[in-house]
Amino acid sequence: MKVTIDGFPIEVEAGTTILNAARLIGGDIVPPAMCYYSKLEGTGGKCRTCLVQVSKGSEKDPRPMPKLVASCRTTVMDGMEVKNITSPEVIEARKGVVEMLLINHPLDCPVCDQAGECHLQDLGYEHGAAKTRYEFDRRTFEKIDIGDKIQLHMTRCILCYRCVFVADQITDHRIHGILNRGDHSEISTYIQKAVDNDFSGNVIDVCPVGALTDKTFRFKNRVWFTKPVEAHRECENPKCCGKVTLWYKGEDVIRVTARKDEYGEAEEFICNTCRFDKKKTSDWIIEGPRKVSHKSVISSNHYDTLKPLPVVKTNPVLKEANKEQFERETRL
Amino acid sequence: MGRKLLLEHINVPGINTFDVYRSKGGYAAVEKALKTLTPDEVVEEVKKSGLRGRGGAGFPTGMKWSFLAKPEGVARYLVCNADESEPGTFKDRFLMTYLPHLLIEGMIVASFALGAKTSYIYVRGEMMPQIRILEKAIAEAKAKGFLGKNILGTGYDLELYVQPGGGAYICGEETALLESLEGKRGNPRIKPPFPAIAGLYGCPTVVNNVESIAAVVPIINEGGDEYAKLGIGRSTGTKLISAGGNLKNPGVYEIDLGLPAEEFLYSDEYCGGIANGKRLKAVVAGGSSVPILPANLFLKTINNEARLMSYESLAYGGFVSGTMMGSGGFIAYDEDQCIVRNTWNFARFYHHESCGQCSPCREGTGWMEKVLHRLEYGHGKMSDMDLLVDVSKKIEGNTICPLGDAAAWPVASAIRHFRDEFEWHVTDAATAVTRNYGIAHYADPLNTVVA
Repeated sequence: MKVTIDGFPIEVEAGTTILNAARLIGGDIVPPAMCYYSKLEGTGGKCRTCLVQVSKGSEKDPRPMPKLVASCRTTVMDGMEVKNITSPEVIEARKGVVEMLLINHPLDCPVCDQAGECHLQDLGYEHGAAKTRYEFDRRTFEKIDIGDKIQLHMTRCILCYRCVFVADQITDHRIHGILNRGDHSEISTYIQKAVDNDFSGNVIDVCPVGALTDKTFRFKNRVWFTKPVEAHRECENPKCCGKVTLWYKGEDVIRVTARKDEYGEAEEFICNTCRFDKKKTSDWIIEGPRKVSHKSVISSNHYDTLKPLPVVKTNPVLKEANKEQFERETRL
Repeated sequence: MGRKLLLEHINVPGINTFDVYRSKGGYAAVEKALKTLTPDEVVEEVKKSGLRGRGGAGFPTGMKWSFLAKPEGVARYLVCNADESEPGTFKDRFLMTYLPHLLIEGMIVASFALGAKTSYIYVRGEMMPQIRILEKAIAEAKAKGFLGKNILGTGYDLELYVQPGGGAYICGEETALLESLEGKRGNPRIKPPFPAIAGLYGCPTVVNNVESIAAVVPIINEGGDEYAKLGIGRSTGTKLISAGGNLKNPGVYEIDLGLPAEEFLYSDEYCGGIANGKRLKAVVAGGSSVPILPANLFLKTINNEARLMSYESLAYGGFVSGTMMGSGGFIAYDEDQCIVRNTWNFARFYHHESCGQCSPCREGTGWMEKVLHRLEYGHGKMSDMDLLVDVSKKIEGNTICPLGDAAAWPVASAIRHFRDEFEWHVTDAATAVTRNYGIAHYADPLNTVVA
């Protein structure tokens, strides 16, 4: 099937969603997605950040679709033409959605562990407005410990439902879900029951914001000061792939996560033993440094960007201040 | 005097019992359909009648039925949507309370037409008395052989169940209703697939409003062509209107579609005018989610023609100067009513009833409610009106289900038509909390634009 997204044509299989077709093309035209997760069945359609305009339905029925559609849940038709960043309506609607997502978000990035790898942060930076028009108290919740390793801070949650799908599909049985309705709905376990399952830690990886965080890593460090390294081990759990990213601070492994691709999705899910208990370098077979996109703040301190930025090179004052870095560059 | 098709025998004592209902010609449609017609012929009659869905959207019922997928060996379901919870609408409750057998008769005929062997009536949880009434009526019909195995010896089997809902407005949305019926959280599904392809338990399903199903009975009794003669244009037949607000005679009325709005409002046969000798200020014509209109725009369209109670005439002028038929929840406001307070009240309802699944509706409804609350209590700003319009635009059309639109329209239309009243709440905030704005110019004759 042939589909054109923002003028880029691509051939895809029947049943592919617009979002996945756009991801095959790549680049700027990929709609952002906060709730869709390609590894989890049934996700998507909720956050509305991936709205796109279908300007031509298909070759057979060329009528445009009357409303903007969620690209993560709309399958392509042969000859479909989609507008994402070329449609002012989409840009406007997306700005609205980002604003809605942020009005009840605490914006406590300075103390949030997710800062630096937060999808909402990226989304707000790319599509949001600099100021809020919301002048009321924001919704708040008490923090809940769900199990001894995971903390739930509902105040930050954007209700993407990903963790619910993880619990449904990756773990044996789900004991948490959505309580209440509307803007006071919350993710919760039934009367603060502990989420205790071999794969429960994956809810931390799928959470696009800092609502579900790893208690073994809480407040240990900012992610951009840590160095991600790829590693693997023979995991006893048959369902666990054992392929992880280790996050080093100096000599210490301070966090273990699944490997995440360019869209922030875990490539394969890992078990809780790998995630929480194996925090020694000797537990792992190191593969090498994890490539981090140069757009990410995590890459700011190491590997690719050791070189001082171009702006530093032209300014003698900055050049003097960054003397040490220049010396390191010549040494390497 | 219009013809009464649904409420013809409403005043007969004991019409809610099987025997009296039967003696008044009840269940004739079941006999006619099951014994003399094929399912396709029943669908054809309903198509010919031009019956449009009475739940709010006004989609032709016959067309909806013909879209139902009919794969071999897969069960089909008919679900009756009796989750009537729109502020201002109470026609289905009335129908179920007094004429339960009419609904059951319609359910049997419609299930036969669709080939459903199991059908459900999903009733809103708060309507416990109506649930009891329906259960009793179903038991009666079953005892007389109109439900169960081999109905009237025709070989057609049908089981009819009443399912109480949990009392959520969102479960009136058809896919949320199906989720709730399956025992899950009532979140609307993402469409496609539509229920006609994959509905209840993944099987093809038709979801119809109570009144649409009841209207099938006169259609079968009299024939689709006869039914189509009533009404005007594409709005055929009769419609129940639940009139409320500051009226002399509030209640449920059956009108021929195409009745002039002025006649409906002021004639003694219907609402009888505004109570206490006051003047009409504004009208919500079809339940809280349709755009509100000032008195002058409701009685006359923008072209200065008389407004009729029909799908087309009420919608004339689009969102700029028209409204919608909706579910028939007619609310009239007299000169003492505050539009800002009313809008806030509606926004509060939608905030409370949003399911919280998709972000624009979840966050936006709450935001609108807070801004409107601020305006009503005298803390508003001049920029709030533009903010509300902008927020409502960000919600409208960007959500999974129509609740987002339903929340956005009343706010956007109230500001469009009553902007000076909103502004007065800002400029004279201290006065606005003590008295109402009054009728102002909202009932003045329209200035016809001469080309």
